[in-house]
Amino acid sequence: MDAKALPYKPNPKLPRQVLPVLQPEVRAKSADEVALGFAEREVSVEAQRCLQCPKPACVNACPLHIDIKRFISRLAQGDPEGAVDVISEQSPFPGVCGRVCQHELFCEDACLIGKKFGPVAIGSLERFAADHARLAKKTLTPGAFPAPTGKKVALVGSGPASLIAAFDLVRKNYRVTVFEALHKLGGVLAYGIPNFRLPREILHEEIARLQNMGVEFVTSFIVGKTASLEELFEEGFEAVFIGTGAGLPFMLGIPGENLIGVYTANEFLTRINLMEAYKADAVTPVRVGKRTIVVGGGNSAMDAARWAKRMGSETIVLFRRGRAEMRARLEEIEHAEEEGIQFHFLAAPVALYGDESGTVREIECIEMRLGEVDSSGRPSPVPIPGSEFRLEVDTVVAAIGQAPNPTLQRVTPQLITKRGKIVVNEAGETSMALVYAGGDVVRGGSTVILAMRDGRAAAEAIDKALSGGPAAAAELPAEVQG
Amino acid sequence: MNKVLAKKQLGPEVFQLEIEAPRIQKRWKAGQFVIIRPNSNSERIPLTLVQSDADRESITIVIQAIGNTTKETVEKEPGDFLVDVVGPLGEAASMCEGQRVVCMAGGVGVAEVLPVASAFREAGNHVTALCGARSDGLRILDAELKTSVDDLRWATDDGSFGFHGNVLQLLQSFAQPGDFGVGHVIGPIPMMKAVANATRDWGMKMYASLNPVMIDGTGMCGGCRVTVGDKVKFACVDGPEFDAHLVDFDELARRNRAYREMEQRVLADHVCRIGLGGA
Ligand SMILES: Cc1cc2nc3c(=O)[nH]c(=O)nc-3n(C[C@H](O)[C@H](O)[C@H](O)COP(=O)(O)OP(=O)(O)OC[C@H]3O[C@@H](n4cnc5c(N)ncnc54)[C@H](O)[C@@H]3O)c2cc1C
Ligand SMILES: Cc1cc2nc3c(=O)[nH]c(=O)nc-3n(C[C@H](O)[C@H](O)[C@H](O)COP(=O)(O)OP(=O)(O)OC[C@H]3O[C@@H](n4cnc5c(N)ncnc54)[C@H](O)[C@@H]3O)c2cc1C
Ligand code: SF4
Ligand code: SF4
Ligand code: FES
Repeated sequence: MDAKALPYKPNPKLPRQVLPVLQPEVRAKSADEVALGFAEREVSVEAQRCLQCPKPACVNACPLHIDIKRFISRLAQGDPEGAVDVISEQSPFPGVCGRVCQHELFCEDACLIGKKFGPVAIGSLERFAADHARLAKKTLTPGAFPAPTGKKVALVGSGPASLIAAFDLVRKNYRVTVFEALHKLGGVLAYGIPNFRLPREILHEEIARLQNMGVEFVTSFIVGKTASLEELFEEGFEAVFIGTGAGLPFMLGIPGENLIGVYTANEFLTRINLMEAYKADAVTPVRVGKRTIVVGGGNSAMDAARWAKRMGSETIVLFRRGRAEMRARLEEIEHAEEEGIQFHFLAAPVALYGDESGTVREIECIEMRLGEVDSSGRPSPVPIPGSEFRLEVDTVVAAIGQAPNPTLQRVTPQLITKRGKIVVNEAGETSMALVYAGGDVVRGGSTVILAMRDGRAAAEAIDKALSGGPAAAAELPAEVQG
Repeated sequence: MNKVLAKKQLGPEVFQLEIEAPRIQKRWKAGQFVIIRPNSNSERIPLTLVQSDADRESITIVIQAIGNTTKETVEKEPGDFLVDVVGPLGEAASMCEGQRVVCMAGGVGVAEVLPVASAFREAGNHVTALCGARSDGLRILDAELKTSVDDLRWATDDGSFGFHGNVLQLLQSFAQPGDFGVGHVIGPIPMMKAVANATRDWGMKMYASLNPVMIDGTGMCGGCRVTVGDKVKFACVDGPEFDAHLVDFDELARRNRAYREMEQRVLADHVCRIGLGGA
């Protein structure tokens, strides 16, 4: 520990502080952020709960290995700016991760006081440090960095996987260019996750940190269309990282799914988040009727349902398994319940019916019961014959999952894929020399923090390959080799 | 940011814009399109690639100003910028060689069919182009078409130039089943539907280039989905061209009307703004 660190007396028996949130009645009518964040007094209590363990399991469990113990000790000493400096050694995105990282599965799950007293609220503390520094207008990077002068690396897609890779590579003096297909940066953070969970200023400011460090961002550029992978190499890029995500939506595959008013979660969320259809003066419209039915049980389903509710619709989530089997974060499910969103578990849609204008008016569903555990590790839903029922509806959102974005793979047959997912080894190497991949395009849909872990691993492998001798051919997992 | 290099008015509400876009110029093929946003608060709209110029590193698009965003686009002058231009998107038009090919287009579709017709001819086909306009004065790109196809025929609704009637009636006026091996049609949905129905038993391949509402253009939202045969396809990545004889045009027409009222409100606001700010 350095000189600034004063001793303080940890006390894990203090009550775990509860994250204050906007009143459900208020937030169900607004686009404002739901979680308000800790105030200083909550932080001082929560930070004191940290035992400052000699072997902090939390640090290892964080996929970015943020020095949690040290940043919490800074907070305990009333030095949030110092805390951000500690976090920034590993991650420039504390505002994003403090909000959307699934800390309950990582750092907080490992926290050594967790079993006995409930884990330290690490995610909320991370968020507090970020917000404090932001409001204090602390320059999160010391001015503009000198322009990097090293070898050129291209990162495809601007989601979390590429963003952390950009941070790691630019710090090692690589000249990094991020190519993004859409007109805004951030991947799912920009088009999928709603403002009320991740205010856009925070995303923009954390991306701007990378810009200050010399990362170049090119929007409206689709690798595989605007330029091929091969062309990037011809233009002097020496390695390419593919972080193109899993954006290809699954369709319901039932009659009536092309009726007006039937959306994929991607389209619904893109219209609202990316194109800002929730604003009164928006030019890109979205149809939110009197009653919206969202099909699915993951993060996208919760986000779509919570937007529909905010836009004035009675909203029902239809999920074919039970509450315990939902994939969405528990916090999001609870928030949705508080906001008055109804849940109809153990039911699935079988058909949609429209009026003469082709607009959806009715949904037919069937009740399910839980059967044997299936390949997803959850009990499989089994339809109950004769249990069909119908509901009136004017907006239907299908949030039943996504597959990897196929654009680049389609025109690059040399890239070995498995069910659309790009196949890589531990280091993120693909079947093409000096081409790396990570995040959802490899995992087929996971989480922000795992995408970041992949981006970091690939950045390390790229650095090794470009600073060492000639690259060896990648070794891929045996079953797909050759 | 892409600079507008030149602008030309082709008809009362049809404009041609030449835009700086070196990468798209280098890679595009007939049948592909771009998505643009004229201003930083604009909607994303798809527009077909019509021509390009390697020396000027430019592409050309032809826009019919029918709504808010197309109007914003044609208000741009040389030296102004479009905030975003992304592409080339979609698959190239299907080609063949050594065939008699008929390309049919109406309205602004005439501009969209020009590159496809030229490509058919370059690939070694005999190309007939049947182009429609409401009247003589509304015909566009006549000179360009003349030099790009073997046989150019016009149909006008009022008979003021060429054939009196629409392009399907024009086709039926001189052609028989078997005359053409391949066809390509682009234009208003009722016209494409009529052409598809009329040629279904002609023993020819007929492609239609579809124009559903799009957002991202990268296959991510599914908003552009169309039914072809018994399959759901995403027009922005699987198309925009499909087998005309298999397309569900009625569904496409319905889906394209989904936002009509909302768009009209936006357009009214736009006209208001222009009215208030104008001299
Ligand atoms: C609605 C929703 C809510 C979610 N909520 C959470 C949450 O609360 N917490 C959590 O941890 N996870 C959440 N997830 C999952 C998480 O967002 C993803 O796992 C994560 O964003 C994946 O990151 P990525 O970098 O791999 O790709 P993405 O974030 O998907 O970004 C990929 C980017 O690449 C671009 N792209 C694609 N193809 C090309 C190309 N050829 N050329 C150039 N650019 C291209 C895309 O436009 C996109 O911007 C959520 C997902 C969704 C859909
Ligand atoms: C692949 C593709 C290529 C296209 N190429 C061209 C082109 O080269 N030149 C050109 O002028 N237009 C082209 N279009 C159509 C163009 O994209 C639409 O005219 C434009 O999106 C309308 O936007 P707006 O905001 O001006 O009008 P809006 O206010 O959105 O719409 C005005 C009216 O047009 C209808 N409409 C909206 N979108 C479409 C559409 N895609 N097709 C038909 N009607 C629509 C609406 O229902 C409404 O009644 C193309 C469309 C696609 C999908
Ligand atoms: S990034 Fe995620 S896992 Fe790491 S400390 Fe922050 S909240 Fe915990
Ligand atoms: S494991 Fe928990 S108590 Fe121990 S250092 Fe980490 S956060 Fe603090
Ligand atoms: S426009 Fe979104 S998938 Fe085609």
